[in-house]
Amino acid sequence: MADGFDPDQTTMTDSGGGVQLRFRDDEVNEEPAVTLDSFLIGQSNATAVRIEPGDDARALLPSLDRIALIEVSFPSFRDGRGYSVARILREAGYTGELRASGDVLVDQVPLMRRCGFDSFAPEAPIDGDTLRRALDRYDFHYQRAADASVPVWKRRHG
Amino acid sequence: MYKYDEYDQAIVDARVDEFRDQVRRRLAGDMTEDQFKPLRLMNGLYLQLHAYMLRIAVPYGTLDSRQMRMLGHIARKYDRGYGHFTTRQNIQFNWIKLSDAPDILAEIAKIEMHAIQTSGNCIRNISSDQYAGAAADEVADPRPWAELVRQWSTFHPEFSHLPRKFKIAVIAADEDRAAMRLHDIGIQLVMRDGELGAKIFAGGGMGRTPMISHEIRDFVAADDLMSYLEACLRVYNRYGRRDNIYKARIKILIHEIGADEYRRQVEEEFAAVKQLGLDPPRAELERITAMFAAPAFAADAPTDIDRSDPDFAVWLDQNVKPHKQPGYAIVNVSLKPIGGIPGDASADQIDVMADLAERYAFDELRVTHAQNIVLPHIRVADLKAVWDALAEVGLAEANLDLISDIIACPGLDYCSLANARSIPLAQKIAERFADPARQRDLGELKLKISGCINACGHHHAGHIGILGVDKKGVENFQLLLGGSGAEDVSLGRITGPGFSEDGVVDAIERVTDTYIKVREGGERFVDTYRRVGMEPFKEAIYG
Ligand code: HEM
Ligand code: SF4
Repeated sequence: MADGFDPDQTTMTDSGGGVQLRFRDDEVNEEPAVTLDSFLIGQSNATAVRIEPGDDARALLPSLDRIALIEVSFPSFRDGRGYSVARILREAGYTGELRASGDVLVDQVPLMRRCGFDSFAPEAPIDGDTLRRALDRYDFHYQRAADASVPVWKRRHG
Repeated sequence: MYKYDEYDQAIVDARVDEFRDQVRRRLAGDMTEDQFKPLRLMNGLYLQLHAYMLRIAVPYGTLDSRQMRMLGHIARKYDRGYGHFTTRQNIQFNWIKLSDAPDILAEIAKIEMHAIQTSGNCIRNISSDQYAGAAADEVADPRPWAELVRQWSTFHPEFSHLPRKFKIAVIAADEDRAAMRLHDIGIQLVMRDGELGAKIFAGGGMGRTPMISHEIRDFVAADDLMSYLEACLRVYNRYGRRDNIYKARIKILIHEIGADEYRRQVEEEFAAVKQLGLDPPRAELERITAMFAAPAFAADAPTDIDRSDPDFAVWLDQNVKPHKQPGYAIVNVSLKPIGGIPGDASADQIDVMADLAERYAFDELRVTHAQNIVLPHIRVADLKAVWDALAEVGLAEANLDLISDIIACPGLDYCSLANARSIPLAQKIAERFADPARQRDLGELKLKISGCINACGHHHAGHIGILGVDKKGVENFQLLLGGSGAEDVSLGRITGPGFSEDGVVDAIERVTDTYIKVREGGERFVDTYRRVGMEPFKEAIYG
């Protein structure tokens, strides 16, 4: 399953605060992420950038091929702007690590996966069993998104 | 009617499993109420004053007898024997136990129903015209398009944490029976050069800052609809305000940046999104449309009718509407008996309506935004039998669109946000105007009551609107005149200082007396108001 929980590909650690979940097998980028403003103004050789909810992620589009990690901050799980940030970056062809960090709850992870996030640094650690159930629950999705899931209309009509 | 295939069923079943898991975690204390709240809300579960309230979706207001009977069963088994039909064409049960909610969802999943996205800050159940497929004035049946939108919006990964709730209505006639212009997005199907497409409106809504939507696109082809809506929602998700929940609806964004700027941003986003292959092929719309094919109407159904029973004749004139097929009629079942609770139906009444639909209406029922039920395809020859059966269970009130056909929100009897009781007031007004001849003399008069500024009872859109406010701890009611949720959409204006419960009933009577005095020809109340303005009414009320 495209968005399923594959224990071989998924790294899961217990550390709260840091990266707890990673759905990619390249090296973790250890460079501290800079803010979008400092990336745009001065430190444009940084390879890790942090996006806050009010930032315009499109400002990064010209530089995507030089960036290895984009960390999208969720100060509150209610603030859904980060989902659009992820879609915009993936639609523009970004293939680097896309990390959701902050108030990220287990029930949000499947939606975030569909929007293109492939690593997660939740404030409070996520329970592994609950997460596995959540990620494996839906076999089908109605709409095309940033993941590999085949939309239901495509399954119906080929 | 739409029928689930294996995919639709698997998605709804998975939701039941997910919700069961969420409730288990909540009851085990693994989740705080704060964390649980948005999850239960996305399943239509509200915490009210006395109990949980469960809202079950009736997509575009259409259901069959099997589904209707299930609602009766839920009312009996899990509630106190009745259900409440809402202004968004759904049904609510007011006395639900949290631990029962997963079982209820499992039961309704078996008959292709769910509670998905009936609340929460996501795209809500899609509403539509209750006469769809039966009205002579529609360019097409709007429901296949509504079903496309339902599927696209279900668990949309990007739009499940919007700044605020998001309501979409789809209609296909110039007469607006769904308050389309008061939705966040309104879709009106139109024909252009022989092609069916969608005219798009955005930025309508009620609540504390009511606004009428703006037309933002005159034509979107079927093949572009999902991409276009994706663009509309993305602009809103990115730029809708999140600092203040009262300013978070799309209407405020569009008001602040202007409809032209919103349109420009949507077009820009649409140009990008259109490249992504988000739109289903035409075959998908065709697949769905085939399921909404007209039922097998008899070509030669008799059109004559025996009007000798005067009560029946009155009901015919008031509650029965012309059908596109000769020999058939549209029946409106009023859920507004004088002195009753607007929109409530008992389990037994629900069963009777289900039986009538099965026997006489090609197995279809509709819920209306005015909190009534429609039997859409009744043979003229069967009208008397249907009326007899309805009358037997107290469902033959002949008051459609009259002053006692009141929309009222749950108010202080149920709702934790309420300032005032809407239901007892609705009952008092209906009793004051109970005389059927007097009601008919007053003609079309849409009266709508909300128990607080959130406007669940559409008071802004009432020809007469009533808003419950709190005046130093005492219930107080403001009166509004001149609103409309139909194609002549307008927002009501407050008459002046508010009233006590009895005071507002008296004030309404002064308003209707004034109307009778100054009306000309066949003018409706709202037409008279528009012609003469507020002054004569104000004079009569406060003078
Ligand atoms: C009893 C529990 C309920 C609560 C707590 C509740 C809460 C709210 C709130 C907070 C709003 C304002 C949202 C906003 O402006 O952003 C609202 C609006 C609304 N509600 Fe309710 N509501 C309840 C019941 C109902 C019922 C029973 C109906 C249908 C009969 C309903 C239909 C609506 C409608 C149509 C609106 C206006 C939508 C708009 O602003 O465009 N609500 N509700
Ligand atoms: S209008 Fe106010 S009182 Fe009435 S249901 Fe909505 S929130 Fe409750």
